[in-house]
Amino acid sequence: MVDTVAGSDMPALFGARGYPPTLEWIARRAEAFVIPLAALIVGMALFSLFIALVGKSPILLYETMWRGGFGSWFSVQNSLSRAAPLLLAALCVALPARLGLVVIGGEGAIVLGGVGAAAIGVALSGAPSSIVILAMGVAGMAAGGIWIGAVGALRHYRAVNETISSLLLAYIAIALMNQLVEGPLRDPASLNKPSTQPLADIYRIGNIPGMDVHWGLVVGILACIISWVLIEKTRWGFAARIAGGNVRAAQVQGLAVGPLIVGFTALAGGFAGLAGMLEVAAVQGSANASLAAGYGYTGILVAFLARHNPLAIIPVAILLGGIDASGGLIQRRMDLPDATVLVLQGMIFIIILLSETFYGRFKAFNPDLWKRPDLVRGTA
Amino acid sequence: MDATEIGLWGVPLAILGGAIRVSTPFIFVSLGEAITERSGRINLGLEGTLVFGAMTAYAVAVMTGSPWLGLLAAAFAGLCFGLFHGWICKFPRVNDIAIGIALMLFGSGLAFFFGKPFIKPKAPNLPAIPFGGWSDIPQVQAALDVNVLFLIGAVLSVILWWAFRNTRAGLIVRVVGDSSDAARAMGLNPDTVRLLATGVGGALAGIGGAYLSLYYPGSWTERISSGQGLMAVALVIFARWNPLGCFAAALLFGGAGALGPALQSVGVTQGYYLFYAAPYILTLIIMIATSSPTRSLAGAPGELSITK
Repeated sequence: MVDTVAGSDMPALFGARGYPPTLEWIARRAEAFVIPLAALIVGMALFSLFIALVGKSPILLYETMWRGGFGSWFSVQNSLSRAAPLLLAALCVALPARLGLVVIGGEGAIVLGGVGAAAIGVALSGAPSSIVILAMGVAGMAAGGIWIGAVGALRHYRAVNETISSLLLAYIAIALMNQLVEGPLRDPASLNKPSTQPLADIYRIGNIPGMDVHWGLVVGILACIISWVLIEKTRWGFAARIAGGNVRAAQVQGLAVGPLIVGFTALAGGFAGLAGMLEVAAVQGSANASLAAGYGYTGILVAFLARHNPLAIIPVAILLGGIDASGGLIQRRMDLPDATVLVLQGMIFIIILLSETFYGRFKAFNPDLWKRPDLVRGTA
Repeated sequence: MDATEIGLWGVPLAILGGAIRVSTPFIFVSLGEAITERSGRINLGLEGTLVFGAMTAYAVAVMTGSPWLGLLAAAFAGLCFGLFHGWICKFPRVNDIAIGIALMLFGSGLAFFFGKPFIKPKAPNLPAIPFGGWSDIPQVQAALDVNVLFLIGAVLSVILWWAFRNTRAGLIVRVVGDSSDAARAMGLNPDTVRLLATGVGGALAGIGGAYLSLYYPGSWTERISSGQGLMAVALVIFARWNPLGCFAAALLFGGAGALGPALQSVGVTQGYYLFYAAPYILTLIIMIATSSPTRSLAGAPGELSITK
């Protein structure tokens, strides 16, 4: 007879230690929600303190932030538009992270993806729009994929640290973009802001019907879902998770770690390159210095906040898109610098990383400890 | 006299002068990072510390009229950032590289937040010593106008090189960096040593930032640093954690950074942005050349996560 809780007449529903299996299941998974959420709240509370210290009202700030990010249909659409590139930029961090790599140079892939897409779009002008848009997407993904794939290849075959090399490559990519946009690809008509030739209207990506948000949001969400399936449901994802846990073990098992690392980093860079292509085809209409808008860096924070889970990236990107979108309103309404949002993001980032230390420490999240006070005493 | 009279000699001269001017922040940040990494931690947040140090130095110099007080304030701010990194990394499962990235964003964000009112006013600069006084060619004089911080950095790198080998403190830092277990067996607390080493590293990075805003380029803007703090981390690996190597590598990087402006001064404007990228490309090439997948780096601290 299974150990049951007094008063219950449904023993079949209960786990080995007398708790419903669903409760144990919920407890184990709740940790991944509760700890980041608590960290987010602590980060925002510390930021309130900071705002109070500089003599402004934290309540007014969060109210303004809500209004600017999600308070009206207009601001929601604005937030969703900003979330689109963040989804793809965050994947550029999250996918390599599953292999144990910290890639932070997504900005470079975004910039080159945008330039590559713009160059192809101009070169193919005259062709049917579906072919041109597809070619621009492929060009953007290829440019970004080569850039970040190179980071993965250098990591595996030359043991070059991927964090530093990806950031150096981001600086190089921005220099390359400036060189191309001011030189061979420059539209002579762009005087004070050097740009490539503007794309014809038929090659631009429009809005989702009924919304003032471009299709990039759908592309980004699809990319997150595809990435989740890839990591959780395919053998490549399984191999990547093993390699991320222990490279030696993966090699002993006969996994081709090299191609795995290059493939995952190239796909990650491809997504970031796609973000650049979308910025060109849906927002800017040409490639110029606005491509380096910092989405690659905010994407790092999104990925860490989502704990590198592609599905969790979707709500986190929308949240941070909203915080980003409210920056202008905070600046105007509260007379605070535009960097206010950066300070908030930095604080949340630090607290989120600090919260890593709390995983596995709370009894509530660990059903194994519920009926074993001896174990609890040992870990407390 | 103008540039045409000394002709192409102006290029190596401008590169030499540029190397001395541009390298100084690299020297301080890389020496600071060398101390931190020798203790077994890596602080990528020095980029943020550099920017915050630049802002603090400029703001204090504007308000007090003394660049030296600004320098001191920047070092203190850097110390705080370093101690914060050192403290937070002692918690289990907190990743020092990720915290560095977060501090990079946080430091820059705070600097832009508080630095807004100081973009307009002019701060007094740190003094330079005119070693080129013997010559009456302006280019030579300009190239040999050496800031005192460069000289301090040069002396500091020799002192640190000596101290790592010959002092008790140097030995303690190296033991902690090579093996936490050995350090504990000696009765040392690795977390405390790393906390102090990261704090000192942050203070030096703050001084590097003060040089940026108070001498060259000599003003506070939000674009003051272009990744010097990060390049310094790569530079330390290239220098094999040797302070003298850091000094030499910083000069090399400074020279690479001066290449674009030097060529521009003699009329070569083609590929300006690519020359601007020279230090990054050089860093990358050096990293590729000096890393190896089969053997660990000579001289690498055993506890350093970046080389594991």
